[in-house]
Amino acid sequence: MSSQGIILSGLDGDRTWRLADYIKRGGYDALKKIIAEKLSADHVIGEVKKSSLRGRGGAGFPTGLKWSFMPRAFPGAKYLACNSDEGEPGTFKDRDILRYNPHAVIEGMIIAGYAMGCERGYNYIHGEIFEVYTRFEEALQEAREAGLLGKNILGSDFSFDLFAHHGYGAYICGEETALLESIEGKKGQPRFKPPFPASFGLYGKPTTINNTETFASIPYIIREGGDAFLALGKPNNGGTKLFSVSGHVNKPGNYEIPLGTPFADLLEMAGGVRGGRKLKAVIPGGSSAPVLPGAVMMDCTMDYDSISKAGSMLGSGAVIVMDDSTCMVKALERLSYFYFEESCGQCTPCREGTGWLYRVVHRIENGLGRPDDLDLLNSVTANIMGRTICALGDAASMPVQSFIKHFGDEFAFHIEHKKCLVPQDVQREGSKIYVA
Amino acid sequence: MSALRIAQEEKGWLSSETIEFVAKYLEMPAIAVFEVASFYNMYDLSPVGARKITVCTNLPCALSGGVHAADYIKKRLGIDFNETTPDGRFTLKEGECMGACGDAPVLLVNNHQMCSWMTEEKIDQLLEDLKK
Ligand SMILES: Cc1cc2nc3c(=O)[nH]c(=O)nc-3n(C[C@H](O)[C@H](O)[C@H](O)COP(=O)(O)O)c2cc1C
Ligand code: SF4
Ligand code: FES
Repeated sequence: MSSQGIILSGLDGDRTWRLADYIKRGGYDALKKIIAEKLSADHVIGEVKKSSLRGRGGAGFPTGLKWSFMPRAFPGAKYLACNSDEGEPGTFKDRDILRYNPHAVIEGMIIAGYAMGCERGYNYIHGEIFEVYTRFEEALQEAREAGLLGKNILGSDFSFDLFAHHGYGAYICGEETALLESIEGKKGQPRFKPPFPASFGLYGKPTTINNTETFASIPYIIREGGDAFLALGKPNNGGTKLFSVSGHVNKPGNYEIPLGTPFADLLEMAGGVRGGRKLKAVIPGGSSAPVLPGAVMMDCTMDYDSISKAGSMLGSGAVIVMDDSTCMVKALERLSYFYFEESCGQCTPCREGTGWLYRVVHRIENGLGRPDDLDLLNSVTANIMGRTICALGDAASMPVQSFIKHFGDEFAFHIEHKKCLVPQDVQREGSKIYVA
Repeated sequence: MSALRIAQEEKGWLSSETIEFVAKYLEMPAIAVFEVASFYNMYDLSPVGARKITVCTNLPCALSGGVHAADYIKKRLGIDFNETTPDGRFTLKEGECMGACGDAPVLLVNNHQMCSWMTEEKIDQLLEDLKK
């Protein structure tokens, strides 16, 4: 973990998650400022807009704009949900935020609740990080005891309460409407949109959902101003961001860096490619983002615009690095299995299509590929894309399309020679347990 | 969901009797509770060993020893994924991304205890500790 940013910086010792420690770092100053100066909701949303903060959960939607969609005059309850269901392969940033700086998320959510007039919030935490869930419960208790949550926060007339909820092993619950269903205690199956959560969300009430890192960025924006946040990054790509670097690097981990930092610098921070091998490919934004050849990545900077120009997505900021010991067919096989396994089964193109994709890639990998299999894969993805309720269908298709686009030769080799282009022992050596 | 989680912690797995009990307690139809229990992967609807070990083998982990670690555990325990040792002590499962890929190889013991950077030596140690 290393930081040139605002969420994971200044974290020394093992008590950084405690309220007292957070306050020493300037924590809850933003909230106090809002209450003391009686800043209006419009002002708060205005600062968030100015900061050009874009959602850190994957889609990169401007947060300030999203907040302004919440119906101001709605008479009944309104809700807030934090998406900590981090399960996108390669992504492990929200876990570190919640482990080391949970109060930043809590403060961010209180401020969001204030700006959108919500009375209650939920943080939905990935089931596999149960220890983090328990810690978050403790942090909530600290905040309640300090009068930062509950009725009449800090003596004002603003009341807001916050609760933790855990998942139990379903990637799809990271999709925002599935997440709401799950909080309601049901199967996590995505809802049709529209209606969007801002009009019909949790228990049918207007609801805003943001990612953990998005909320954790809010206190800084209010304390230092939206312009200050924007200046940390580059235009249209405000702020610093956490990148989870995994795969074939010497120092995997989270790196919080300004948006716009060259990929080459990030790779260097992460200790470079293992064993002096060559960079082959990078998935720059979590497993659902299209893969890019290493050479293309070396020319990119890490921000929404640059990665999208190169043909991929910054997504959740999960950077999966693969060196030349990687068999691309095998890599895709594992990802395709994941989407097949995690499809919730509601839409036929996704349910059947993800199964097809996996079976075809699986047979290519196992030497049973047929000459027209690549066309078949492309046509299956074309039949999934845009025809499903949620984005999981697209998420399953984009890896397939991009792997074939950039590494088609390797797939063709497999089909023709019934074996990997990269020798098995090289693969094994490259992906063995690694001790830095 | 919490009710099912607590029931599973207590009973080891969710039998239909346990699910009916939870349903009664929540005043819900048993089928609705069953639907939820079967949707989420961390609920066990069939008996598991005293210790359930779930190893992440998704791509980011696989690149960094996830599969290697799983193979090693299979060899040590003499079982494959979704099997239980004859003495009923261990069940091995294949997991999906746990949001901890930087710590690969990663595994979970009984859903809640996460173990990071599992080398062969650390796996040996863990299996010894879990036998106690
Ligand atoms: C299949 C699927 C899985 C998702 N998983 C997550 C996730 O784990 N965490 C997350 O924050 N957003 C996830 N999202 C995106 C959310 O639907 C939503 O866009 C996001 O939480 C909005 O927050 P943001 O605007 O702050 O990024 C997922 C989307 C899809 C389609
Ligand atoms: S696209 Fe797939 S995961 Fe999403 S709702 Fe449809 S079937 Fe479920
Ligand atoms: S891929 Fe194993 S924890 Fe993410």
